Amino acid sequence: MNAPERSRSLFRFAAPHNFYPLAGRLAPWFAAAALILTFAGLWLGFFVAPTDATQGQVYRVIFIHVPAAWMSMFIYLVMAFWSAVGLVMNTRLSFVMSQALAPTGAMFCFVALWTGALWGKPTWGAYWVWDARLTSQLLLLFLYFGFIALTRAIEDPRRADRAGAIIALVGAVNVPIIYFSVQWWNTLHQGASVSLTKAPSMATTMLAGMLVMAIAAWMYTIAVVLWRARSMILERERHTEWVGAVLEREAQLKGGRA
Amino acid sequence: MAQWESWSAFWDMGGAAFFVWGSYGVTFALMALELVLVLRRRKDTVTRLLRWRRAVGKDSARKAGASVPVMESET
Amino acid sequence: MLSTFLAVLRRDLLLAWRGRADVLVTLAFFVIVVCLFPFGVGAEPNQLRAIAPGVLWVAALLACLLSLHRLFAQDYADGTLEQLLLSSEPAALWVTAKVLAFWLSTGLPVVAVAPGLALLLDLEQGALPVLVLSLALGTPILGLLGAVGAALTLGLRGGGMLLALLVLPLFVPVLIFGAGAVEAEMSGSGAAAHLLLLGGGLAGALALAPWACAAALRITTD
Repeated sequence: MNAPERSRSLFRFAAPHNFYPLAGRLAPWFAAAALILTFAGLWLGFFVAPTDATQGQVYRVIFIHVPAAWMSMFIYLVMAFWSAVGLVMNTRLSFVMSQALAPTGAMFCFVALWTGALWGKPTWGAYWVWDARLTSQLLLLFLYFGFIALTRAIEDPRRADRAGAIIALVGAVNVPIIYFSVQWWNTLHQGASVSLTKAPSMATTMLAGMLVMAIAAWMYTIAVVLWRARSMILERERHTEWVGAVLEREAQLKGGRA
Repeated sequence: MAQWESWSAFWDMGGAAFFVWGSYGVTFALMALELVLVLRRRKDTVTRLLRWRRAVGKDSARKAGASVPVMESET
Repeated sequence: MLSTFLAVLRRDLLLAWRGRADVLVTLAFFVIVVCLFPFGVGAEPNQLRAIAPGVLWVAALLACLLSLHRLFAQDYADGTLEQLLLSSEPAALWVTAKVLAFWLSTGLPVVAVAPGLALLLDLEQGALPVLVLSLALGTPILGLLGAVGAALTLGLRGGGMLLALLVLPLFVPVLIFGAGAVEAEMSGSGAAAHLLLLGGGLAGALALAPWACAAALRITTD
């Protein structure tokens, strides 16, 4: 395969009418993978991983807490990446992707906070401490809310896309600064009263369970985001003929069933 | 059941049932809710766009002038 | 280039002077918010002294936030903004001039009033120079970051709340280092590190925010 041909095949899926059916074909596979991996991860986490010597059984929250925290941060980075691609290359699909990612990222961000609070109560005696990681996670949730609110508030999709992209990029530049500043603030105010550092030796089965759950979260995210992106594409491309054909097919399917 | 003596011990989670199951319960409930909302949004989008196409006529639907009547269920 | 910068700066300062009631309202807001705290937490001097840096900084931040919408609203409404964007001058340049004028007309009065309010909260007099310095370094960062948010939310319904939601998380580091500088000075550990970080933040914001703001204005007026 020579160079121009390969680049054409890669960029082919940047066109909504090529991406739409591809996303529809792939999403169920990712969803199935998510389901299988979740069961595998839960089995590893609850039946294979040993009881933690210091924390007892409560530590088993880790199998969703850590993957959710990872996902929430990673999704923000991916959002910023698609935003940058959209601004530079002017591809509409990139904006669709970044906006389709945001609700899932916010959901994982909330899950990380929620599970962190429920894990914190028995281990530190409080649902919430102003720990550097928890606080940065909270601010990340606010950044997600800001992005979602801004893109929803602007009616003109062209402006909404670009404005959202700018705020996503500004947020991405600020995330490390926020984390650093919160950590600085935290060491000054909290002292060593609360230490979140995990026991140095983590059983391999624990680690395996966590990684499997993390991959499951990835698969789930990809499936949901592809599905959400498909609806957004239909909405945005409604004036085109291919969407008309898709809609007619859907109508026939529905009519056949009724 | 290498880790657990009985199912009741499993559900009890060493006394931390509320914290462990509270975490898993809310997480999976949120994921299920998100899935439902995403799939319902697709259904809504398709029905709404079909209605819109019928309303404006198939030919004029292609022209960029017409706008969709209602914007509901943003997920 | 400098002449453009100065022309925009002069024009905005003149406009701010003509609408000085707005500036006074911002200042009054700052004073009243600070004065509310003793009613809320009690007038015990030790307690007030302990929370004074945080209270002053949060109040300054809110005062800045509430006046941010004024930064571009007028120019957006009367079409000046579009004319400026159409001109051949680099947008980041006149955006910087506008933010500077905004800071001179709202940030600087807040900085000037802060020491007086600090005395109301019984802040040690030795920490006053650090308070002023931290506000003088920090509030321009708020203005620069806020300008991006103000540009993005221009002309939107409920723009004010949206602007707050967008920029408040970004203000957190400034708040941490600003209030932290005063606290560090009070505790005797020295505020140099905090002030240097604020200065670095200001340099970074000055280098990046005008570009982001100019891009945001282009998108908004497109």
